Amino acid sequence: MILSVRDLRVSFRTHDGPVRAIDGVSFDLEESEILGVVGESGSGKTVSLLAVMGLITDPNATIQGSIRYKGRELVGLPPRELRRLRGNEIAMIFQDPMTALTPVYTIGWQIAEQIRAHRGVSKAKAMERVEELLAEVNFPNPHEAMSRYPHQLSGGMRQRAVIAMALSCDPALLVADEPTTALDVTVQAGILDLVRKLRAKHKSAVVFITHDMGVVSELADRVMVMYAGRVVERGTRMELFSDPRHPYTRALLGSIPPLTGQKPRRLPAIPGSPPSLLRLPQGCAFGPRCPVRYEPCESGRPGLGGGAHAAACFRVAQA
Amino acid sequence: MIDADRPILETRSLAKRFSIGTRFSAEGRRTVHAVDNVSLTVRRGETVGLVGESGCGKSTLARCLVRLYDITDGKLLFEGDDITSKSLSELRPLRRRLQMVFQDPSASLNPRRRVGDLVAEPLRIHGKLSAKEIAARVAELFELVGLLPDHMMRYPHEFSGGQRQRVGIARAIALNPDLVVLDEPVSALDVSVQAQIVNLLADLQEKLKLTYIFIAHDLSVVRQVSTRIAVMYLGSIVEEGPAEEVFATPAHPYSQALISAVPVVETTPTGTRKRIILTGDVPSPLKPPSGCRFHPRCPIAADRCRSERPELTEHRPGRKMACHFPTLT
Repeated sequence: MILSVRDLRVSFRTHDGPVRAIDGVSFDLEESEILGVVGESGSGKTVSLLAVMGLITDPNATIQGSIRYKGRELVGLPPRELRRLRGNEIAMIFQDPMTALTPVYTIGWQIAEQIRAHRGVSKAKAMERVEELLAEVNFPNPHEAMSRYPHQLSGGMRQRAVIAMALSCDPALLVADEPTTALDVTVQAGILDLVRKLRAKHKSAVVFITHDMGVVSELADRVMVMYAGRVVERGTRMELFSDPRHPYTRALLGSIPPLTGQKPRRLPAIPGSPPSLLRLPQGCAFGPRCPVRYEPCESGRPGLGGGAHAAACFRVAQA
Repeated sequence: MIDADRPILETRSLAKRFSIGTRFSAEGRRTVHAVDNVSLTVRRGETVGLVGESGCGKSTLARCLVRLYDITDGKLLFEGDDITSKSLSELRPLRRRLQMVFQDPSASLNPRRRVGDLVAEPLRIHGKLSAKEIAARVAELFELVGLLPDHMMRYPHEFSGGQRQRVGIARAIALNPDLVVLDEPVSALDVSVQAQIVNLLADLQEKLKLTYIFIAHDLSVVRQVSTRIAVMYLGSIVEEGPAEEVFATPAHPYSQALISAVPVVETTPTGTRKRIILTGDVPSPLKPPSGCRFHPRCPIAADRCRSERPELTEHRPGRKMACHFPTLT
């Protein structure tokens, strides 16, 4: 077991009252497994992974629950210890590669810096490793790319450089937050391909956050669907896409226009919009938008329950 | 007299070039070939989808079509009338009939004005309506786009992204336009809200007999709304045809790669769908490649492609492509 998260809760104090960004999230991750986390804006998918990385430094935030990495508790670990893990054993890729790279140093220097910080090797040795890494993420001319500055690269190439940096210390856990959202589809296809190959080669476990159901279905082994700070459904890729149970998962899948076959005259849309975390509805958070809600949904919030394929819904529990 | 078959909008070899740098900058003055040799015909009542990757010139083309940009070369015709170089005052009566919806509704709505006011603005500028008539029309527009009457007094920041886009749409249709250019109207929205706006646009088109030019990078959304699509690469159209046909049997190697790259929800084991992964990056529009602009990345490029640029030609009725070796089925 690489990662085991239990009952994670993250809340922020704001002027308008406390916001529960994450409300009781639990999941496990095995070696070389890809977990897809899907959800819309405000569903808590990014915050939960920032918590795992120990990157929530906001003094108004409270983090509760347990995050165990290879059996070691990360919640409450001193920043010094966390820094030793981050970038070394746990690596992260963000949506916008430009914010992960400093504009004033070359790509080669930046990747080498990370290797030297964690491995204590000589500069020349680190540079050798950088060239290898850039070749691995399919830079056409790795030696030349090392002396490039981020602004001289295209978006896709920058994201490849960030991936090379993330892989530089052979991380056991790779967290990718919407790494392809800012990229074009043809570039995205290349990056997804790369993530798949790297998982096979480095045996890294990957948490892949995205709002795109298509991307998840192409990449993930297991999937977790989030809504308003909670996990509403989890299961293997096959379970989730061939037998979606939660009304939200079903509706979300239904509202994606098909790429082949007959076009529907109208798309089955979900009414309303995702709720504000400041004013969550009574009972089930999806209730007000749900086509199958009934009395129990108005009072209690349904739990996820046990089981590999589970949905947090009273209707599903009843069936 | 309105001739049903007469195109509402037509471009002939339209080009837009930008000049960047000065003679003092390191590389000197250079020219970006943003849109190059685009001939496109839009008929009344249809939706033409423009697809392509970032930097392919689709947004520049959209802005040229409503004359937000001055056109460098070629012609732009609105109902057969040449409007390529009309002055702003001459364009004014046309603006009423040619509207645009932008990607980011929070950037295109003035944050300091109430949305009722924002929707009334075009009516005040163009119409000869009394205050009472304007208020009635705004109420009608709010209902049309699915907003509540008491929303009128609110400010843009009080709305969700989807509602803000509804306000943007209400503004665009306020003057009963004939043609609406939609530049990525759903890209900034949450997945669950996208479908609502796509449906709203379809309803409005039917009710108000609108013609749309729809730009999006999400190919499945474009397929859903468009009757015809035009695929752009590096400033030019490489393939054009009925939306469903192009998606089912793309003929240009670029369209094939683009469509195959779209991730779709599958319930079969991964890797069963054939995917064409392009090598390299989109070349710079500062110095486009010789011959066919796609040849450096094309899997089937031959010598002829390196020297001779293929024209957009009709290989099948209604299907046009700019390729020396199109896949025709």
